[in-house]
Amino acid sequence: MLELTTTRHNPEIDPGMHIWGWEIPVYLFLGGLVAGLMIISGVRLLLMRPTERHPMICCTVGPLLGLALLSLGMLALFLDLSHKMFVWRLYTTFQITSPMSWGSWILLLVYPALGANALAHLPEAIPALAKRFPVLVTISDFILGRPRLVLGIGLANMLVGIGLGIYTGILLGALTARPLWGSSLLGPLFLFSGLSTAAALLHGILLVALPKGERPAFADFLLGTLAKWSQGRAPDPSAGPVLAKADNSFLTIELGIIGLFLIGHLGSTETHRRAVDLLLHGPYAAVFWVGVIGIGIVTPLTLQFLEMRNRIRHTLVPSVFVLIGGLTLRFILVYAGQDSHWIQASLP
Amino acid sequence: MSRYAMVIDTRLCVGCMDCVVACKTENRVPEGYNRDWITEELRGVYPDVRLEIRSERCNHCDRPPCVSCCPTGASHVHRGGVVLVTHDQCIGCKACIAACPYDARFVHPDGYVDKCTFCIHRVEKGLKPACVSVCPTHCMHFGDLDDPQSDVSKLLASRPHHALIPESGARPHVFYLT
Repeated sequence: MLELTTTRHNPEIDPGMHIWGWEIPVYLFLGGLVAGLMIISGVRLLLMRPTERHPMICCTVGPLLGLALLSLGMLALFLDLSHKMFVWRLYTTFQITSPMSWGSWILLLVYPALGANALAHLPEAIPALAKRFPVLVTISDFILGRPRLVLGIGLANMLVGIGLGIYTGILLGALTARPLWGSSLLGPLFLFSGLSTAAALLHGILLVALPKGERPAFADFLLGTLAKWSQGRAPDPSAGPVLAKADNSFLTIELGIIGLFLIGHLGSTETHRRAVDLLLHGPYAAVFWVGVIGIGIVTPLTLQFLEMRNRIRHTLVPSVFVLIGGLTLRFILVYAGQDSHWIQASLP
Repeated sequence: MSRYAMVIDTRLCVGCMDCVVACKTENRVPEGYNRDWITEELRGVYPDVRLEIRSERCNHCDRPPCVSCCPTGASHVHRGGVVLVTHDQCIGCKACIAACPYDARFVHPDGYVDKCTFCIHRVEKGLKPACVSVCPTHCMHFGDLDDPQSDVSKLLASRPHHALIPESGARPHVFYLT
């Protein structure tokens, strides 16, 4: 028998640690999503032919959404800080051993990379804006007329996106005092989860933007004004199957990494086994198996597989499920991770 | 170069909490918060049971994970290996709290992260930390591990002892005599 009694009762620490609420999971989710958008749009930019003037949705909507979602994510991160007035201190130093310091500097690189990416296709993304400000067309022509510049922007988006995606996982993985997070697999897991959510989001937007009649049912009802605004703006509907196929690849890899993550913990110390038990059959098991694995990965994987084989119509369901799964993954890992702790197994 | 450490004799500690009260008074620790605390650990099966009473706090580790994860350098290692937090450099991201295997840190009501300082303001004046100075059973000792003649060095050389969660790899500097 081991019984520990303590007189400590620090708020947010005792009886169980809960220092991070909804803000950090939302930030990690949006950070991963933006990373995915950057990588997908970067790859598409690299694959684009010089004469191509009808780009896929990845290059038009992707970067603009990325800028908006990253700003939302940073707002969530800011809201989490308990000493907000000193946030500028992040940019007066670089701490090489701190993932959060790396992340804060990477975030500074994300804006110009995404901004340049967005400017390249802004006239196609928002024609009304380009009509009002013709300089945007000039800038777009300037960028697209220089293949080396396009190559640079594409590469920058890919590399910074990969850095951002991995960072969101390493941020937790470096905090080894929480045994559930004690795995370097969190970096690739969050990267591929970010890629799958980004592909799902773009696929969903593409479906909503199809002309009326071709759109999935309930799109107008679900997305209201956004659906009406985007009606008929889909630059290239053929992107749908490509995105669904890419999403399935990312989901499969994500599932594999989750498997390795679980195996790694189960084969490790008693502390790590107990930590992962929180997910497998502890208080977070139902949400993990149903929300992350069932709704977030297996169901959309199956539906998209059937869609690609033309067995069923493309619908919004897989996209919405993947997004729900990605958000749930962040919530469950942040919350269960805080619940996990070292056990005193080696006292004399 | 000194390396400060604390040695606590668990055979003498009665868990009176004088150390806790002294710390709260000396460091004006806000109501409802603790920089140090008492833990009672009961092990075994009756009649073969053992109770260990410990005064616990930040372990001022040799490899402090709270320092390496701090994005602004607010958490840092001071002279003597004492781990401190510079309040006006701390942004309150709480990464250090999550990184500490001992859960020794907390968010001060003013927003910055707070913890035990080994009463460095007293130590630098040649005084003992407040908790050590008031202990009625004299179970707490403070000194320099690099000085072989210090109380802590002699006690660690002569008595069996352990540290908390050594497998975390943080190399804690608070030791418990058994």
